[in-house]
Amino acid sequence: MATTAVKEKTGSMKAQHIVSRVLIYALLIIVAALMLIPFLWMLSASFKLNKDVFTFPIEWIPSNPRPQNYVDIWTKIPLLTFIKNTAFLTIVVTILQVLTSSFAAYAFAKLNFKGKNVLFLGYIATIAVPWQAYMVPQFMMMRSWHLNNTHLAIICLQAFSAFGVFMMKQFYEGVPTELCEAARIDGLSEYGIYARIMLPLSLPAVSTLVIFTFVNTWNDFLGPLIYLTKTELKTIQIGLRMFISQYSAEYGLIMAASVIALIPVLIVFLSLQKYFVQGVASSGLKG
Amino acid sequence: MAETTQAVQVNPKRGMKKSTRDSLIAYSFIAPNFIGFCVFTLVPMIFAIALSFCNWDGVHPVEFTGISNFVALLSDKTFKAAFVNTLVYAVGTVPLTLVCSLGLAMLLNQKVKCRNFFRTVSFFPYVASLVAVAAVWNMIFSPSMGPVNQILAGLGVENLPKWAAGKDTAMLTVILFSVWKNMGYYMVIYLAGLQGTNPELEEAAELDGANKWQIFWNVTLPQLKPTTFFVIIMLTIASFKVYDQMYMITQGGPGNATMTLVYYIYNVAFVNTPKYGYASAVSMVLFVLVLFVTIIQFKGSSNND
Repeated sequence: MATTAVKEKTGSMKAQHIVSRVLIYALLIIVAALMLIPFLWMLSASFKLNKDVFTFPIEWIPSNPRPQNYVDIWTKIPLLTFIKNTAFLTIVVTILQVLTSSFAAYAFAKLNFKGKNVLFLGYIATIAVPWQAYMVPQFMMMRSWHLNNTHLAIICLQAFSAFGVFMMKQFYEGVPTELCEAARIDGLSEYGIYARIMLPLSLPAVSTLVIFTFVNTWNDFLGPLIYLTKTELKTIQIGLRMFISQYSAEYGLIMAASVIALIPVLIVFLSLQKYFVQGVASSGLKG
Repeated sequence: MAETTQAVQVNPKRGMKKSTRDSLIAYSFIAPNFIGFCVFTLVPMIFAIALSFCNWDGVHPVEFTGISNFVALLSDKTFKAAFVNTLVYAVGTVPLTLVCSLGLAMLLNQKVKCRNFFRTVSFFPYVASLVAVAAVWNMIFSPSMGPVNQILAGLGVENLPKWAAGKDTAMLTVILFSVWKNMGYYMVIYLAGLQGTNPELEEAAELDGANKWQIFWNVTLPQLKPTTFFVIIMLTIASFKVYDQMYMITQGGPGNATMTLVYYIYNVAFVNTPKYGYASAVSMVLFVLVLFVTIIQFKGSSNND
């Protein structure tokens, strides 16, 4: 009697287990579909004639694929210039951000000096101040230095963030101090410890910061919108937006340009994403 | 006495106290970031406070006007709309994003196949270019031709929603967009938080006969309290700063239905005749809102410790 009851119980548990598995996968597939459908629709529309974009039921794989959209878009707007501008800005900002942030973070995490707490508190206090609250005087200041309509303005704007310092510091604090002590005894200077020990150890945190900075700079909208009014200086986001408002009915071209604007971020994200959860977990971003 | 101790510490090579030399090395590490940060962030911040008490069009000299900008805000209808809309947006996005991202993180924290694939897919909208995804969103939700309304029509829905073009649905459209775009990011934060929970507690509860829902509600969720708190704060601050979504999906309209504080700051400062002083006064309201949330965070996280 008792054994059959146990058997029945394990049987029902097994059934329950299967049901919950199926439920989990069903939910996951629905979520993945919701996340992906807009991108698939974008890709599909980018190969269509304007008149076919909205045919219903949706024709996911166009019967007459039109790769011409991907050719025309380069002559319709100076897309190559936009991409070059954005790539230049993004790379310079990301390098500066990672270098200066990790440099400063090392001092805050592992060195003792006068005014450390006050300085760090100053950094922390400003993380909370939204950029949008001081973008107006910042623009006035830059304009008085004749930096409006220059890429230098965007670099200055983005390259020195308190957020990067905070993130890297959180990570460095998890690195055992004994490691630095040992290196110091071995005669390594502080700069050597930073370059040879701390920076290589902080790959997950650096990757996270690279993803954040790269994505933010590549996708930044309001900054370039305010600062860059000359077409030859514009970034891909502003250029794309300009194209959308000028040719709002060129659906196929808009989607083709959008696909092109997404690709660099996709590449950076996919190549660094394995560090990402680890980076978020170790850098204190979870609070 | 003091002099002799100091003398011992003098570095024979440089003739400098060791602590001073250590400080100088530390400052050299901080300087590149700190100088840039001071010039491009700290100075404009202070300038913003001063400017909010002035009138300035960028051409004529700055004129000190005391609190008159703030008085004018009280009777400014567009400002009121922007203020209310910003709060409505926050109330709409924060709980919805929170629930979605937590649910997704719980799903992905199970032992499932293709976990990395699902995680990457969920995160992708967050890193995708806003202009590009907003363009798709506008087409998919196009009131006359978009597939969403075509499907709704096929299901027999009358009075199809006008989405971004409708006074009542414009904000909803932007909120849905924001949840879709940002939930992946908060999911990652929750996944990181879940790594810090103690699986033994859940196993113990399971042995005691608790069902999955009870385990989630009484064991897992309490352990995630610091993460949830952090996510709420981050979401709230982010929603107070919202602007680009509106700019690309609704242009602040119809009327002022999706005008937000930052949108209004942009309009006052950079569209038509610039009123930099007045824009800075609106900025101060935004700053105080964010400051308020930050103080809550500060108090909350010191309670957690």
